[in-house]
Amino acid sequence: MSRRLTPYLFMAPAVLVLGVALLYPIGYMIYASFLDWNPSQRIGQAEFVGLRNYTWLWSDGAFRESLAVTLKFAFFVVSLEMIIGVGLALLLDRNIRGMTALRTIFILPMMIAPIVVGLVWRYMYHPTVGIFNKTLNALGLESVPWLSDSFWALTSIIIADIWQWTPFIFILSLAALQSLPRSALEAARIDGASGWDQIWHIKLPLMMPVLIVTCLLRLIDAFKVLEVVLVMTNGGPGLSTEIMALRISRTASEFRELGVAAAMSNYLLIFLMVLTVIMFTYTKLSEARTARLRQAAEEG
Amino acid sequence: MPKIRLEKLVKRYGSLQVIHEIDLETDNNEFTVLVGPSGCGKSTTLRMIAGLETVSDGEIYIDDRPVSRLEPKERDIAMVFQDYALYPHMNVARNMSFALRLEKRPRKEIAQKVGEVAEMLGLEKFLDRKPAELSGGQRQRVAMGRALTRDASTFLFDEPLSNLDAKLRGQMRAELALMSQQVKKSMIYVTHDQVEAMTLGQRIVVMQDGHIRQQGTAEELFKRPNSRFVAGFIGSPPMNFLDGSLVQEGDSTRVIGDGFNLPLPPELAARANAHGSQDVVLGMRPSDLLPVGKHKDDALDLYVLVSEYIGAQSVLLTECGPNKISVEMKSSAPVALGETLKFAPAPDGMHLFDRETELAI
Repeated sequence: MSRRLTPYLFMAPAVLVLGVALLYPIGYMIYASFLDWNPSQRIGQAEFVGLRNYTWLWSDGAFRESLAVTLKFAFFVVSLEMIIGVGLALLLDRNIRGMTALRTIFILPMMIAPIVVGLVWRYMYHPTVGIFNKTLNALGLESVPWLSDSFWALTSIIIADIWQWTPFIFILSLAALQSLPRSALEAARIDGASGWDQIWHIKLPLMMPVLIVTCLLRLIDAFKVLEVVLVMTNGGPGLSTEIMALRISRTASEFRELGVAAAMSNYLLIFLMVLTVIMFTYTKLSEARTARLRQAAEEG
Repeated sequence: MPKIRLEKLVKRYGSLQVIHEIDLETDNNEFTVLVGPSGCGKSTTLRMIAGLETVSDGEIYIDDRPVSRLEPKERDIAMVFQDYALYPHMNVARNMSFALRLEKRPRKEIAQKVGEVAEMLGLEKFLDRKPAELSGGQRQRVAMGRALTRDASTFLFDEPLSNLDAKLRGQMRAELALMSQQVKKSMIYVTHDQVEAMTLGQRIVVMQDGHIRQQGTAEELFKRPNSRFVAGFIGSPPMNFLDGSLVQEGDSTRVIGDGFNLPLPPELAARANAHGSQDVVLGMRPSDLLPVGKHKDDALDLYVLVSEYIGAQSVLLTECGPNKISVEMKSSAPVALGETLKFAPAPDGMHLFDRETELAI
């Protein structure tokens, strides 16, 4: 009896701490999303409104707009970062002198705090003294309204995000590439695969598990992006760059609607959870199938 | 016309030279085995023929065509790797048809070819399995199948059996021998296992330290090794080596050393006399030492230390003066440990090597 309980007793404190630390804030947020609650009230005084916050959001044009902006932002940054990051990794997956230094330089942007990245890029985008417009003008071209036009503002933010986060995908892809079975690639060369064939038929399919996880991590991050946007445009012009995280923080602090902000956060949470669950279920299932058939093969 | 010809082939990694101007010719449809201890350069040589390693110097000819600057795919070769090197994300059928699909051959032809090879290797049931879902032996077959679906004129094997357990290895070795008779292709096979080399190879090439030491049939290498290295490498249990000196006694030439004094057979004596040096190494295979009667002269007195029973034969580990000598004999012979027995070498069972150059005399 005591023997069976011992391991659980040892685990109990850790599980308890983790559980409380993880679940309490989430539970609190879920509870808050059912309330009409403004920050001047204590939570106990707030009115319970059921799912009203959730349904109301869909009638709110600003929420729908921020959802659209977020989806657009996430789609463009993740797909462009994936293409550029994986492409660079494929290009630089060789042992040339100076490669180590080059790789280190490549990953620098990732190490800078996002708020700093936002500030730096805001100065570079500055309409008169920013480097981009100065360069354009020097070349005799017209200035671009980097942050003051609704199309350009989102584009500028996307560019800054690509600059900062492509290295992340680059590093992970490079690691994945370098751990590929060398002999399979050699076999492909013998089988007559050109460089392009090898990328298309061998390298990319074999990198896929890593690429899927990388993509998912970036997607989660992209849906939560805040600082860069806050510093560069603060959501403007108009609502053109008001991404979800910004909308949530505004709803809570400016519009003082804690319940609505919590409901928005939950939509985001649910969406990201669904993404994650789909991915993990898929990998689990295929791993289990492989293990089962392998065992059958070894026995038979 | 030789199928494959290596001409003064050299491989260097920076200042380190690992292959030293090797020359080799193989015949069409011949099963050639490159064998040697690890680090002897056999795999590097094979990989240069495949086009996976660059050639530092010299040239490789396939059907008299210089190929050292060609891509692997332009050399008309197929290769089986030690770790199988299957494409993990493709099923068996797609693994085997990869090359054909790259060539954009018609679907029907691909399906037919894959079907034929799968049937030959007993893989029909596994065509839609991924490599990870197969046992080691099945994966090995798929690797062979992938090479076979292509109509390459030369097959290269890089230690294809060394990842298998002993029993499966024996079985696959037999299958490989059978397959090589069926498909009638030129094969170059690399192994460190001399038994594999002896059983499979029509031409066996023994390599050491980036040099070819000797080549020939299994029988030639076994009976007439040209150096102490080849003599010791080929054959199991390995040949016994005893340091001795040549001494002339009347008409006969004898080899004398610590604990032994044996006459040389006439032919060997003639060669030994023609040879300058007196310092030699006497080599005798364990199977060439025959038990003789108690009162026989010109025999070795061997003190039996250990008897290893391996079935019909037993290997005796014995002592002769300061030397350890192993002897192979029928298990049915009555032998007691601690006994001293007399053995004499078979007439053609003596080999002499120069102690300095280690070359055969």
